[in-house]
Amino acid sequence: MQVPAPFEYERATSVDHAIGLLDRLGETARLVAGGHSLLPMMKLRLANFDYLIDINDLHGELGYISVEPTQIRIGAMTRHRELLESQVLADTFPIFGDAERVIADPVVRNRGTLGGSLCQADPSEDLSAVCTTLGASCLIRGTGGERVVTMEDFHRGPYETAVGDAEMLIEVRFPVRPHGSSAYEKVERRAGDWAVVSAGAAVWLDAGVISDARVGLAAVGPNTTGLPAISEALRGHAPSEELYARAGAIAAQTCRPATDSRGSEEYKRHLADELTRRALRRSVARIVADDPGA
Amino acid sequence: MTVNDAEVTREIEGRLLLVHFLRDHLGLTGTHWGCDTSNCGTCVVWMDGEPVKSCTVLAAMAGGHEVRTVEGLEQDGQLDPVQQGFMQCHGLQCGFCTPGMLMTARALLDRNPNPTEQEIREAISGQICRCTGYATIVRSVQWAAAEEAGTRTTIPAEGA
Ligand SMILES: Cc1cc2nc3c(=O)[nH]c(=O)nc-3n(C[C@H](O)[C@H](O)[C@H](O)COP(=O)(O)OP(=O)(O)OC[C@H]3O[C@@H](n4cnc5c(N)ncnc54)[C@H](O)[C@@H]3O)c2cc1C
Ligand code: FES
Ligand code: FES
Repeated sequence: MQVPAPFEYERATSVDHAIGLLDRLGETARLVAGGHSLLPMMKLRLANFDYLIDINDLHGELGYISVEPTQIRIGAMTRHRELLESQVLADTFPIFGDAERVIADPVVRNRGTLGGSLCQADPSEDLSAVCTTLGASCLIRGTGGERVVTMEDFHRGPYETAVGDAEMLIEVRFPVRPHGSSAYEKVERRAGDWAVVSAGAAVWLDAGVISDARVGLAAVGPNTTGLPAISEALRGHAPSEELYARAGAIAAQTCRPATDSRGSEEYKRHLADELTRRALRRSVARIVADDPGA
Repeated sequence: MTVNDAEVTREIEGRLLLVHFLRDHLGLTGTHWGCDTSNCGTCVVWMDGEPVKSCTVLAAMAGGHEVRTVEGLEQDGQLDPVQQGFMQCHGLQCGFCTPGMLMTARALLDRNPNPTEQEIREAISGQICRCTGYATIVRSVQWAAAEEAGTRTTIPAEGA
């Protein structure tokens, strides 16, 4: 039987209360959101803490998808299922629906949160790759106030983020630009499993030419990785199969997969190439379908 | 918390998991405990009407919430149509996965009274059955959906 080591359970009633508890209890305390990454680790005794601070009562305060003219802000306690069912996300960033449909399973998605996913910082985390692809930034709050960090600065390494001991992730912000779309492609061994490799893409067109494009990969290195070299290679060109092939080749070369039970390094590089092409192709097809003049 | 509509209050350790609270403290052994790793779904119960894997929820996290287990499916001595469907269509063999399957199936039909086969398979995709090959589970849920659709047309006032 897997049972976590003993700890004290506390329940936060507000963001300030949660931060106050973290400040007082120091590094012996952890927040628990959906608990679907943290509790399995504690059951295996890979992680032990003296205090768990349950932030599920903050769902009212931090469970939101808020649309503004130039950005969408999503609260850290927004659950996978809410992301999947959001019509405005489906319209603005279809990458969310693509990814959420293949993250874990519907029952797990009832609990897991955006904030927990990003803070877990698992290199195979799909939502981290989505956020990297969309150029998101993270609002972090602590006793000293708030700060905003980009996804590049948010992930410090596997299972390590910019969120300090007495801080918490409040929301994730996604810039909205016109004439763009996005897509997510994942290969998994069976339904509900973590990725062998996943690739996200976001593309913006201006008069038939790519004005910007971003690709983010999961499960092929210590972090979910954004690939600026692909953005450079795509900008200023009209979309074409040759262009996608060039982007795929860059993805395969620059990623750093390791051979494990999910596949060999060689196979994962092949997937990084193929999935990058597919995600770019699908993003562009979506722009053209929604906005034929773009 | 309430469990199957009954108010329950207990002193517990913080680390106690909901599945063990239900089984060992309340004696509700209908909820099964299988993989212990959030993968098999036999431990699925509802929290505030949504299916959750109770091996991955602390009992303390369910405090103040409404929990429903397979024991709470039956209403007024009448088996839920989903339970009847599993009996009619051989939706179980050993029965180990059944409590979780029933809870997920009931939640699905509450949101989507007429699911396609694909939607049923998607809903139970986080749950493992080693016996049936899933085909009879799908059929059982379809049976329940048809049964309820029939009920709704004959007694239109109910549940509208
Ligand atoms: C069977 C199974 C399959 C899965 N498959 C996938 C998959 O295919 N792809 C995928 O991407 N994920 C998968 N997951 C992970 C799932 O998406 C988790 O729910 C998610 O990674 C963590 O979210 P959570 O809310 O449960 O976080 P928790 O487990 O509650 O927390 C994770 C970490 O984040 C910290 N934390 C949480 N919220 C905050 C906050 N607001 N501020 C600061 N720190 C915070 C916690 O202290 C903890 O360290 C799977 C999980 C399971 C159980
Ligand atoms: S025992 Fe909970 S998912 Fe298997
Ligand atoms: S009936 Fe035996 S596991 Fe499903």
